[in-house]
Amino acid sequence: MTYLALQQLRVRFSPTVEIGPVSLDIAKGEILALLGPSGSGKTTILRMLAGFEAPQAGRIAVAGEDVTALPPARRHFGMVFQHYALFPHLDVGENVAFGLQGSGERGAVDARVAEALRLVDLAGFERRKVHELSGGQQQRVALARALAPAPRVLLLDEPLSNLDPTLRERTRRELRALIQRVGITTVFVTHEQDEAFDLGDRVAVLQHGQLEQVGTPEDLYERPASLFVATFVGRANVLKDGAARALGGAPGEVLVIRPESLRFGGAGLAAVVRERRYTGVAAFYVVEAESGERLEVMAEPGAAAVGARVQVTATRAIRFPAA
Amino acid sequence: MTRAARWTALSRAALVLLLAWLVAFPILMAARAAADPAALDAFAHRATEWRALWGSVWIAVASVLLSAAIGVPLAFLFEWLDFPGRKTLGALVALPAVLPPFVGVISFLFLYGESGFVSRAVQGLLGLSQPPWRLQGAGAILLVHAYSMYVYFYLFTRAGLAKLDASMLEAAQVLGAGRRQVLTRVVLPLIRPSLAGAALLVFMTALGSFSAPYVFGGGFRVMTTQIVASKLNGEMGLAMVESVTLAAVALLGVALLRRTERDDILVALGKGTAPRPRRIRRPLVRTLATAAGWAFTVVLLLPHLTLVLVSLVPYGTWTTETLPPVVSFVNYHRLAAEPERLAPLLNSTWMAAASTAGAVMLGLAAGQLVGRGRPGRWRGVIEGLIALPWALPGTVFAVALALTFSAAQPPLRFVLVGTVAILPLAYLVRSLPITGRALLAGFRQLDPALDEAAASLGAGRWGTFRRVTLPLVRPALMAGASLAFVGALGDFVASIVLYTYDNRPISIEIMSSLRLSEMGIAAAFGVILMVASAAVLAVGARR
Repeated sequence: MTYLALQQLRVRFSPTVEIGPVSLDIAKGEILALLGPSGSGKTTILRMLAGFEAPQAGRIAVAGEDVTALPPARRHFGMVFQHYALFPHLDVGENVAFGLQGSGERGAVDARVAEALRLVDLAGFERRKVHELSGGQQQRVALARALAPAPRVLLLDEPLSNLDPTLRERTRRELRALIQRVGITTVFVTHEQDEAFDLGDRVAVLQHGQLEQVGTPEDLYERPASLFVATFVGRANVLKDGAARALGGAPGEVLVIRPESLRFGGAGLAAVVRERRYTGVAAFYVVEAESGERLEVMAEPGAAAVGARVQVTATRAIRFPAA
Repeated sequence: MTRAARWTALSRAALVLLLAWLVAFPILMAARAAADPAALDAFAHRATEWRALWGSVWIAVASVLLSAAIGVPLAFLFEWLDFPGRKTLGALVALPAVLPPFVGVISFLFLYGESGFVSRAVQGLLGLSQPPWRLQGAGAILLVHAYSMYVYFYLFTRAGLAKLDASMLEAAQVLGAGRRQVLTRVVLPLIRPSLAGAALLVFMTALGSFSAPYVFGGGFRVMTTQIVASKLNGEMGLAMVESVTLAAVALLGVALLRRTERDDILVALGKGTAPRPRRIRRPLVRTLATAAGWAFTVVLLLPHLTLVLVSLVPYGTWTTETLPPVVSFVNYHRLAAEPERLAPLLNSTWMAAASTAGAVMLGLAAGQLVGRGRPGRWRGVIEGLIALPWALPGTVFAVALALTFSAAQPPLRFVLVGTVAILPLAYLVRSLPITGRALLAGFRQLDPALDEAAASLGAGRWGTFRRVTLPLVRPALMAGASLAFVGALGDFVASIVLYTYDNRPISIEIMSSLRLSEMGIAAAFGVILMVASAAVLAVGARR
């Protein structure tokens, strides 16, 4: 059942830069990731949802209500900004209370602020100054502030990009748990596949302002709809011509083979191991075929040595017609 | 176009029209009046006019050179060397900025004038029958200018040096540059924008300076005093020709110096840590540096101290003695007790408050409408109009306003000359560049995401302005407003052209007290101006 609907949204910035038409149906309580390289239009779509950019055509509806022409202040969408945009002149409590003004008397507002802060694990932080907080704490205050007015939809712009890499993975899991606990319909933007896969129920992949594919992480990885999705999502070896045929491709076909779908042995493509990168559970081998193609193979750490002559076979390949 | 966008476009147009009427229209009126063949002829054929023009230009250039010669070495001294008292002295050195120009001039009169404190001391010491010098002519003007304007070079150079990245200097050293080369090939080119900015400021201030030439000029004429003299003689056409000529010189100066100021490369290179001040190790040198610093500071403070001293001298009690025989607070008492004397204080206060409030409103409107986001057509126009009064000497604006508002021609012209309204209006126009610049800079630093955050949390246009924008630009607003208020409170240039008896401001009252030889009263007014200015600036600088 669709809760948030984007219908044929389109905006043109210049004759060469156009975004859309994009249509997306998002169910109540679903977490949707907008994934794409920079310039793919993902942030613009998020900003159209928030009301900061006006689409030139198309329609945005929440629970059947058309909000396309509604100013941001009247949409009841919560947003967490990339750099959080916490108000520097207000303390944590005042930041969280900002969207609650006029929604009851002092005591009631205070209670909701405390509740929102407890939700993000910052109970008792009301009187802290925002610049005294760590990056992770600021992110959580921004989240509490967005959630406090009980918005209909939560929008997150690159929510984890400002965090320390070591913090990111943990915060990602906490964020997902929190969103699921609140049960709020969420759209977030990211350029990192890990983040999209970890956090999103479904992922919408964008390129050049066009929607390439929408699906679960598994769909995108196992059944990519285009060569772009196949190579953008996860590691991929793209093979053509002779090398493709040696690994089971038909003439005129492009093969996309994941490193874990390649293995050493059997009668396949003859190659020489050029590099080996050890990661613990496995190792990544860069092998060079006689025709010069380089492939990445994931295998056991002791499977081959640098300089060894090997045969490579594929257990699974994704096939696309050659362009 | 959405309703909000239409509203913005309408407000922008209204603001442009209002600013154009306040700022550009009087100048155009003056230019039209200057296109009078008889006046042009009179200007071209009078040797005094050309001499005054030349006087203005060379005084301005010499003021720049003198101020740089004092301010730049001082800045290096305080920024790069460490010695006892560095912090305190470094702040005190900026003190002349607190003295309103006209008050500075009269303190110099009390200090170095014919019957001034220092002159008397020297005369008594050497047993002379005549004062040792006369404080008059170009030399006296330059002395006052150097004293009050080196502060610009000092502050700008220090700011420029503080922005330097120590690793850049270290890089030069590693590449084999000696101390001298580091200075000439790295430091000076990097702080060039700061130096150019200071030079521009001093040039404009000196070119528009009125108080010093008016009080000390004697037979030496410059354009600003010439303009006021022509206007008093009723030669309005000639006054306009002089004004337009001076305005042209000023704009030429701005254009020349702006070119060097514009490209501030330091901004582009990002920040590093500024070099730390180096301790002077040799004890003798350190003692000498400290002593020189204190001595210099005393010289700087002398005008302020003299002003305070003179303000404590009752009328007629100090005649030939080196030090005043009687000191009391009687002058201050008279200021408070006599309604005639109290009036100028109240006048200046309300006019400064009203003009500052107006200038702040216009600055806020400009910031809200064009201060953020991408520069557009409107921003250029509005910024230009706001900056224009700064590029033109105060006298020019004053006579242009006097001309424009001496006739009724609704809806553009009204008779305001002779009413109490014209002076606050002139103060407002003069304050516009200060408040406008501060506020526009404040708005430019705002993160647009904060506005969006407020909107996404349900705040409307007005709510966002009141709850987010205004608190965040408050430091800029306070800084701009305090400077504008202090400028208006101590103004002499516009006042002497436009005051009426009913709103005579402090500076005019000081002038008439001096004419009546009531030095104590004049000094008491000066002290009040000085203290009020310092207090307001201190409040404005608080974060």
